[in-house]
Amino acid sequence: MQVVLFGICALLAIVGAVGVITARNPVYSALFLVLNFFSLAGLYLSLEAQFLAVTQVIVYAGAIVVLFLFVIMLLNLRPEDLPRFRLDRTGPLVVLLSLGLLLGVGMGIWSLLGASFPQDPQAQAVGTVESLGRALFGRYLVGFEVVAVLLLVAMIGSVMLAKRRFQ
Amino acid sequence: MLEAYLPICLLLLVALGVAALMAGISEWIGPRRPNPRKLIPYESGMDPVGTARERYSVQFYLIAMLFIVFDVEVVLLYPWAVQVVELGWPVFWAVVLFLVVVMIGDWYCYKKGVFDWDREARQPRPPSEALSQEKALPVRETVET
Amino acid sequence: MAFESLQPKLLLLAAALLALFTMAAYTVYFERRISAWIQNRIGPNRVGPFGLLQPLADVLKLLFKEDIAPAAADRLLHRLAPMISVTAAVATIGVLPFAHNLILADVNIGILYILAITSLNVYGITLSGWASNSKYALLGGLRSSAQLISYEIAMGLAVLSVVVQSESLMTSQIVEAQAEIWNVLRNPLGFLIFLITAFAETNRLPFDLPEAEQELVAGYHTEYSSMKFGMFYVAEYMNVVLSSAVITTLFFGGYLVPFGHLFMSDLPAWARTGLEVLSFFGKTGFFVFVFIWVRWTIPRFKYNQLMRLGWVYLFPLAVLNLVLVALARMLF
Repeated sequence: MQVVLFGICALLAIVGAVGVITARNPVYSALFLVLNFFSLAGLYLSLEAQFLAVTQVIVYAGAIVVLFLFVIMLLNLRPEDLPRFRLDRTGPLVVLLSLGLLLGVGMGIWSLLGASFPQDPQAQAVGTVESLGRALFGRYLVGFEVVAVLLLVAMIGSVMLAKRRFQ
Repeated sequence: MLEAYLPICLLLLVALGVAALMAGISEWIGPRRPNPRKLIPYESGMDPVGTARERYSVQFYLIAMLFIVFDVEVVLLYPWAVQVVELGWPVFWAVVLFLVVVMIGDWYCYKKGVFDWDREARQPRPPSEALSQEKALPVRETVET
Repeated sequence: MAFESLQPKLLLLAAALLALFTMAAYTVYFERRISAWIQNRIGPNRVGPFGLLQPLADVLKLLFKEDIAPAAADRLLHRLAPMISVTAAVATIGVLPFAHNLILADVNIGILYILAITSLNVYGITLSGWASNSKYALLGGLRSSAQLISYEIAMGLAVLSVVVQSESLMTSQIVEAQAEIWNVLRNPLGFLIFLITAFAETNRLPFDLPEAEQELVAGYHTEYSSMKFGMFYVAEYMNVVLSSAVITTLFFGGYLVPFGHLFMSDLPAWARTGLEVLSFFGKTGFFVFVFIWVRWTIPRFKYNQLMRLGWVYLFPLAVLNLVLVALARMLF
């Protein structure tokens, strides 16, 4: 069950990610990104992190990509304005780097093949909202408060930037 | 745990299937008699000028931005909400402080006029400008206050 | 999970889908009848007894209409947008408890699942507006998505106050926590906020700006015809039914039968379940009526009023309500 879910979601995540960079129309890129985020939520779910999975959908798919869509529409890019996807002088370098990365990851997986991962009996309890809350409002309470200030700063920054455009 | 989500996966598949079926039937059954006039965007009988995909007000963009910030803040509170009593008073006051900071943000945006969508309509125009409409539109002013 | 244990779930899925589509279709019918009644007209009464077959006639008519997409439209997205709307609406039924132990998936994060699915509604609307490449559709879609995200915050905070009271995100637990007293009595402000945001999220009057006829023709679905228009229509009415069901679950004791503790324990199991299902759908039906009633009573807001209401009044009010509910929870 877990393996099936992982397989499907991982495949969809890759499809989504490839779609994001190859789609010519930025609106399609944004939609592929949504697909990718959904698959990531599925991956979290396969790791028993239910709260994280649903938060992923609410925050990323429900809020951040909406902003992306708004920005894409705001910029009003026409397909004619966009560069075609093709390999130019940097092409060989890109291919080389990608192959190197693939090799590295492949070697990592290869070395782990056959190693056994005993299932942590606590794993199921860690992913719940309750345990997350105990950590967030216990050890990381200061961080929680700082996040409020950080988000306030982000908000003020975005308002300032947007308002400056009119001047 | 994962088994509990199986019906949801099924439901999502069925929902997508139903939606695709409805859209498919729509294209399959109805007549198909297109003509160039029929295929232009509807603008109450006028010929459309230009494209629809123009730039819009930055205010829409701002709202989306603020939505992300507040959405993250609300999501952070769920782990607290399910165990308010267990976490006790110190955490309660910490959350109140958190919410105060959130409200400062809302108040700031309010003061900056982010939620004010009829600013231009309320500002009285100087009489000279009102008379000469052909003049270039005045540059939109930034928000004072 | 063994396949045999999945079978009752499949049956429930089919039944819930059927119920949802039937209720959505008949909400359209009742909307027309009730609006006629409010405005001293007769309303549809020709097709079948009392016009009861009207929804069927509407569907058939829509099916035999030409499906038009503007030449400049993005065909794929134009097709996809109504599908997203319908899917997002249908997917909500997954975590609604129809009776004790009668729920498709009683997952740990039930109520958040509903919020997550609701937040996807934005895509159907934004994309339909953009894909049509028509000015009215685009403006309608943009307005609508800004409206949806503006009211989602207050809605999330209202849900949060319910979670504080029931100490669980599971929909079944939220219902069971109301056995003694319904949340609407313990948390009236939260109910009011949720009701208002539910109107905004379903694009119903007084918040139907995205399709304000006088300004935007039909808003984001201006360029849709045939069954694709019907899909937006069905999705809207499904959302009305589902919002009513969520209101029932969160604030009106869900499937709990009023004063049920007095006599429920004497009844056989099937009668109990039956009564609970009846109670759930009865309460949901009442709120569907409220949705219709409000639509034909209150005039539309202006956009600036809508934005101000959401961000300047509802949002701080929802925060205040959350703090008060949590304080009450800590003290008592």
